[in-house]
Amino acid sequence: MRQFQVLFTAIILMTCAATAQQPAAVPESGNGSSDVSALEQKIRDLEDRLVALEGQVRQLKAQGPPATPENTVAAATLSSAPSAETQVRTPEEAVRTTASGDNIRLGGAGGAAAKALNPDISVIGDFIGGAGHNPLNPTPAFQMHESEVGLQAIVDPYARADFFISFGETGVNVEEGYITFTALPKGFVAKAGKMRASFGKVNTLHNHVLPWVDRPLVSQNLVGGEDGIDDAGLSVEHIIPAPGKWFLDFTGQTFRGDSADVYTSSNKNDLSVVGHLRGFRDLTDNSNLDLGVSYSRGHNLFGSDFITNLYGVDATYHWKPLRRSIYKSFVGRSEFIWRQQSQPSLNACQTITCPTNTAGGFQRAFGYYASGDFQFARRWLVGGRVDQSDRPFNSHLNDKGGSFVLTYWPSEFAQVRGQYRFTRYANGLDAHEAFLQLQFALGAHGAHPF
Amino acid sequence: MRLPSKLFCLVSATCLGVAVFAPQRASAKNLKVITTLTDLASLTQEVGGDKVDVESLAKGYQDPHFVDPKPSFLLKLRHADLLISVGLELEIGWLPPLITQSGNGNIQPAARGFLDASQFSEILEIPQGAVTRAEGDVHPLGNPHYWLNPDNGRRIAKGIAAKLSEMDPADGAYFQQREQDFEKRLAEADKKWQALMAPYRGRKIVTYHRSWPNFAKHFGLDVIGYIEPRPGIPPTPSHTIELVNLMKRENTKLELIEPYFDVKTPDSIARMAGGKVVVMMPSVGGKPEITDYFKLFDYDIAILTQAFQQTQ
Repeated sequence: MRQFQVLFTAIILMTCAATAQQPAAVPESGNGSSDVSALEQKIRDLEDRLVALEGQVRQLKAQGPPATPENTVAAATLSSAPSAETQVRTPEEAVRTTASGDNIRLGGAGGAAAKALNPDISVIGDFIGGAGHNPLNPTPAFQMHESEVGLQAIVDPYARADFFISFGETGVNVEEGYITFTALPKGFVAKAGKMRASFGKVNTLHNHVLPWVDRPLVSQNLVGGEDGIDDAGLSVEHIIPAPGKWFLDFTGQTFRGDSADVYTSSNKNDLSVVGHLRGFRDLTDNSNLDLGVSYSRGHNLFGSDFITNLYGVDATYHWKPLRRSIYKSFVGRSEFIWRQQSQPSLNACQTITCPTNTAGGFQRAFGYYASGDFQFARRWLVGGRVDQSDRPFNSHLNDKGGSFVLTYWPSEFAQVRGQYRFTRYANGLDAHEAFLQLQFALGAHGAHPF
Repeated sequence: MRLPSKLFCLVSATCLGVAVFAPQRASAKNLKVITTLTDLASLTQEVGGDKVDVESLAKGYQDPHFVDPKPSFLLKLRHADLLISVGLELEIGWLPPLITQSGNGNIQPAARGFLDASQFSEILEIPQGAVTRAEGDVHPLGNPHYWLNPDNGRRIAKGIAAKLSEMDPADGAYFQQREQDFEKRLAEADKKWQALMAPYRGRKIVTYHRSWPNFAKHFGLDVIGYIEPRPGIPPTPSHTIELVNLMKRENTKLELIEPYFDVKTPDSIARMAGGKVVVMMPSVGGKPEITDYFKLFDYDIAILTQAFQQTQ
């Protein structure tokens, strides 16, 4: 802190010196409004220099004390007058000397300097209360469903990194942890680490940005449920030049090949891949259309010789009148997903327990959801969803469901959501459930999802 | 394994093909500048003249805290030479993911083509001591609506001129000359604005959000209260009653609100307190006729002085 005090003192002294000279200047300059305006100009220049110095102090504070000589020289060149530069440099040299002297700490406790370089930290709590009866997939009355810790920072001039660590009630899981290379040539953006795969829309979303308490049946049945396709691997993304006002973007990813019940890697070569092509277009200033096709392929739990293919189509329509963007909006979204898996015939299953009704060859399952969310006031959102999906290991069985959702935001950092969910499971079992969800965020202000 | 790896090769080949055959950026000499807000775009245009191509991401009538990070913005950002932002966490909800996804190394934070205009400006309301969100959606680095003071406009223009000269030294003299010309015109315009506002110096006003401290400071207005109980928190009945009483007690008539806020509560406050709602434009482009930084103040001062006259 001392270096800032020195700098501030220098600024104040400089201003005092400058203002002290002014009364002397007035009587000397005989007559005329031109002198007054020259004086006004001089005061303005001094004010500007003071503000520029304050700005530099803020920047130094934000960057932390280790100000490199390049930084300070670049900052000093902001002031145009050569005499100003000499005046400015003195306190900055003082900053540098004190910075080198004061900041030696033992044991890594670098004080403010170390804190300045800490990543942005956020915690999002997700508490769910459930009522009603579900014979197939019961939920507890109360659960601290997830506590997600986010750590995000810029690594170096070429990359940034994001970690999302999810604490459930029973364990900890690195939901995502990846580095993003932001300065690659030719506009490529690459990621490496563990990440949610770019398959469709819902699979890419964290729990706290979903428009529902749960995930739709098609995600639960065909794309690995809450964890989804979330695996360690590499991702490359590139914007493709497109005609008209279309935005086209391609993402190609390859993963180790272990994701929930979707993919299983029985040996090192059983990689899985994901490809996603996204097309986006502004229809008007207030509305836009977001379309996507996805493909994914990997080895399934029956072994290296057995492949699961996933195909997806997604469409999202956003409407938000810009003049009233904080009060009114509508999002309609839908995803269609097909899953095709090759599997052994029942009598060939020796090492693992084959699910019943397993026919040899291919098992093809399909599912979809469609939902709409309307924000009718600054703090209120109402929505509905219909969804249905075949079961992945017995595609003759089909689950159907529907939900009604009401969301209230006390502030930008908290959310209360109620959801009524009806599910008709394949075996004729019905479930009527109500959920109340509380979400609350601490720490760094995250970006709003789109 | 064979098939997936084939597919991945195909994917990579497609990407590479796209990269190689993508039309190269035209070798136009102009610097391509993207700004987050229209005000910064206007200041850049003043300084850059016909040597720069400037475009803003947000519209002037939009709440700058809540802009959707639409992929179409990426098309603008991917070839930008320079990105100028307001900073002070005003755009924190939407700009960081756009910068990351832009695939443009030039405009990443701290890169040469990233400019935070707040460093040039006088920043008000920097919180002292501990900051918590009990105070609402506070900006821990200070109030980001700083462009609404012509003095800061001048300083930002100076900063932008220095940056443009650094990036395009050949046109350095041109930028400096335009900046000085802008400074002169702004000083003249400011004299006119100050003269128009002079009769109302010291008047008390309330505002919806804390968007106007810089404007109020420059023109000598006294902001005594806010329609929002806390920044980012919508009005509550109890706070509204308190505000009405305060306005009556302090004989305050005018409520300044931004075009993106609902006028229902301000209107009812105006009825109860015998005041008037003035929809002020916080940014260039808020109305079609506000085409530049000068017209922004022309417009705001015209409707404000008119409102003061009506509530004498």
